[in-house]
Amino acid sequence: MTLLTLKGIRKSFGAVDVLHGVDLSIEAGEVIGLVGDNGAGKSTLMKTITGIYRADAGSIQLDGRDILPLDPGQRRRLGIEMIYQDLSLAKQQDVAANIFLGREPVKKWFGLIPGFVDKARMDREAAGMIERLGAHLPSINRSVGSFSGGQQQTVAIARALTFNPKLVIMDEPTAALAVREVQSVLDLIRRLRSEGISVILISHRLNDVLAVTDRIVVLRHGRAEANLTTAKTNMNEVVGRIVGGGDTSAAAAHEQRG
Amino acid sequence: MASQTAQPGLWSRVQRASVERLHIRLESLLVLVALSAVMAVLSPYFLSLSNFLNILLATSTIGVLAIAATFVIGSGGLDLSLGSVMGLSGVAGAFVAVNLGWPWPLAVLACIIAGGIAGHINGQLVTRAFVPAFIVTLGMLGLARGLALVISQGRAIYGLPAEIVYLGQGRPFGVPMPVIIFVLTAIVAHCLLAYTRFGRHTLALGDSEGAARAAGIRVEHHRRIIYTLSGVLAGLAGLLFTARVNAGDPTAGINYELTAITAAIIGGTNLFGGRASILGTMIGALIMGVLQNGLTLLAVQSYYQQMAIGAVLILAVFIDQYQVRKEARV
Repeated sequence: MTLLTLKGIRKSFGAVDVLHGVDLSIEAGEVIGLVGDNGAGKSTLMKTITGIYRADAGSIQLDGRDILPLDPGQRRRLGIEMIYQDLSLAKQQDVAANIFLGREPVKKWFGLIPGFVDKARMDREAAGMIERLGAHLPSINRSVGSFSGGQQQTVAIARALTFNPKLVIMDEPTAALAVREVQSVLDLIRRLRSEGISVILISHRLNDVLAVTDRIVVLRHGRAEANLTTAKTNMNEVVGRIVGGGDTSAAAAHEQRG
Repeated sequence: MASQTAQPGLWSRVQRASVERLHIRLESLLVLVALSAVMAVLSPYFLSLSNFLNILLATSTIGVLAIAATFVIGSGGLDLSLGSVMGLSGVAGAFVAVNLGWPWPLAVLACIIAGGIAGHINGQLVTRAFVPAFIVTLGMLGLARGLALVISQGRAIYGLPAEIVYLGQGRPFGVPMPVIIFVLTAIVAHCLLAYTRFGRHTLALGDSEGAARAAGIRVEHHRRIIYTLSGVLAGLAGLLFTARVNAGDPTAGINYELTAITAAIIGGTNLFGGRASILGTMIGALIMGVLQNGLTLLAVQSYYQQMAIGAVLILAVFIDQYQVRKEARV
């Protein structure tokens, strides 16, 4: 079943055209790798899916519903989550505040005055989510900025997974991680797929992309240049599509060594 | 210092707990206690109930402005127009009551609405015209002050109705009305900032606008509400001041933004947003109140008080940033 369909997405910033009509579709439970050179438009394309940017033209459908007019909060409620490259955490706030940001559960104060944030419930569920991810944080009540990079990423991942997403977009989730942490992110992606959650993985680490995806979409000059089935392609072909022809065996061999 | 080395971590644990649970910085509370102790030693009159109420009364106007400053700065913004908007609001209320002769509740409303409109204009300009908050509110500082002088033709408006004067000079159960209004405002503001989604989003916004936007918070909309709220509170401060001095004074509130922002920063508000608490700001406002009251009791010229406030502001930001950098190194 098709979860998300993009058709003819265009986006420009002033005089700079970034996306020239991108088509893309993703099935439920499918893992797509989105690759391309710097400036190919990967992050811009993803931000038009989350609603941070509004597409100039084209259509975006989630479960057959047009979501183009919706703002980021509404799209999030429909199940589109993104883990940003810079993590987009509020660093002076604690773990629970970040995980529940924008979606805080509320209760009535002494059963009378509505609108009070249910901090106890937030802490409980945040701790549970961190535990389910198999991560260890020094304290759930510390400001996120005091954590290490890997720990901060755990919080960002927990935020994306807490509200039963349908689609999780990951922008360079492994770029800043140690080897073991990379493996746990890849394991996580496989787990999401087994639970029927779709994933779009943006990465420069082509080994990771080849290891974990079902399909690889190559973005080049703001267009979906190629749509490759991971099982039937190889490093050489992916690199060739990214750089656009020429002899790429040296570059591919370099990537292969990882 | 001795106990700090004897039980390593205790001080920092208590510090952390006070920040997490009470949303206050312990240091500011200690400064308040120490300052009060010094004043009590220097002036026998300091530690009396009537002087305590005096301090609260003198703090009430500044305190309401400091609450406004806490919301705005906590959200990563800045409102330099607080004192001028307060002056404009007081004049607007007095004009409605005296020159127009309308009933006193409408005069009260006029104060609040005048402040709200000024604040809303700040918010619109900051979020839609992309003029930095520093410039927008600095411009409003001039605009609101000028308008107050135009409306009042440069003279204080006298002859307010008794009901309004009661708001400033009445003493139910011996407690001055402005103190009651100030404390109630602080309690509501504290709950709003610490326990509601609105408050949490305010701090998240000041912490990282990108994170707030990604989380689906309507960033610009939220900022407009905060600037409007700031104006409304300045309007309330204008009402309290006008009622207390029994006149719509177009020069009321000059330099008050300096004291209000200082109180917020001393109370632990991060100058760059993301961390703020009303309880802390109340402590900060009391520190400013005690300082002014004590210096007055000691017969120090008011010119020196002005200098003291300015010095305290710089010192407070210095200490805050010093701590932030120290934590970053650990």
